[in-house]
Amino acid sequence: MSGVMKRMGMIFRAKANKALDRAEDPRETLDYSYQKQLELLQKVRRGVADVATSRKRLELQLNQLQGQSSKLEDQGRKALALGREDLAREALSRRAALQQQVTDLETQHQTLQGEEEKLTLAAQRLQAKVDAFRTKKETIKATYTAAQAQTRIAESFSGISEEMSDVGVAIQRAEDKTAQLQARAGAIDELLASGALDDQSGLAKDDIQAELDRLSGGTDVELELQRMKAELAGGPASQQAIEGGAQRQDASGQQQSTPRFDKQ
Amino acid sequence: MIVRIMGEGQVEVADSHFPELDTLDDDLLAEMESGDGPGFRTTLHALLEKVRELGEPLPVDSLEPSELILPSPDATLEEVRELLGEDGLIPGA
Repeated sequence: MSGVMKRMGMIFRAKANKALDRAEDPRETLDYSYQKQLELLQKVRRGVADVATSRKRLELQLNQLQGQSSKLEDQGRKALALGREDLAREALSRRAALQQQVTDLETQHQTLQGEEEKLTLAAQRLQAKVDAFRTKKETIKATYTAAQAQTRIAESFSGISEEMSDVGVAIQRAEDKTAQLQARAGAIDELLASGALDDQSGLAKDDIQAELDRLSGGTDVELELQRMKAELAGGPASQQAIEGGAQRQDASGQQQSTPRFDKQ
Repeated sequence: MIVRIMGEGQVEVADSHFPELDTLDDDLLAEMESGDGPGFRTTLHALLEKVRELGEPLPVDSLEPSELILPSPDATLEEVRELLGEDGLIPGA
């Protein structure tokens, strides 16, 4: 559905929501509406009372007229008994005029009675509607209050869950950091072990290094010894030759000499 | 589904009737967009008549939210276009 109906509905709802949001409390609006309905009901009831009063006034008038009519009838009868036909005629003609008024009033009375019945029925219906509205209003108010409470609960829950997730993140961070530190420590150990990284403390000298140190120390002693021998034997030319030879011997002899040391 | 005819009140229309109403509603939108004033009026009246015919009137004091809303029978194309415009039904709201 994409026509005018849907679009108008959407706009209305959006506007109604905005209007509701702006309203301080929809419960007050409902109470106000109920108050207005009660006032209307009061007006209808007043109307019923007014019509009933008019009807009663008419009934009184009718009683009076009927009383007068009976009186004139009696007077006419008495006049005839006394042989006064003229008086009797007068009395009966007045009675006839009164009868006409009585008929008119009776018509009015019937009309008023009909109006009164209609109004009474309308008042009863309105009363039922107002009662139904009051029930509905109270239900809506209760639902609204409950919804408000639910919203508050939901908000506090979401707040709690946010806090929980914060804690979770903190734990995660701590775990990550620990893992990172562990990995770093592991890597340093490996680098140190492989010799790619110097141990600045100088404490972690392993046995191989100690052996190598010892070896190079031993070579130095050998070289020194040969140099002294050459000095004693002759000039600097031979010393150079010895040094060159010693270097060559050092380069090749070290590899050869290592296993010798090992074997000793 | 509850439909409100502006200025008249609410009626409840069974969902099974909506394909029929949708056709008229889509025609109405097309006529409004193309600016076909006489066509718009005829279709609007036909749509309202259909809604009244198929719908069951809701009591005046009922508090049901309308799911769909229709312009009043005397609404002009321009008025409806304005209602559906960016400013909506209540300007500045």
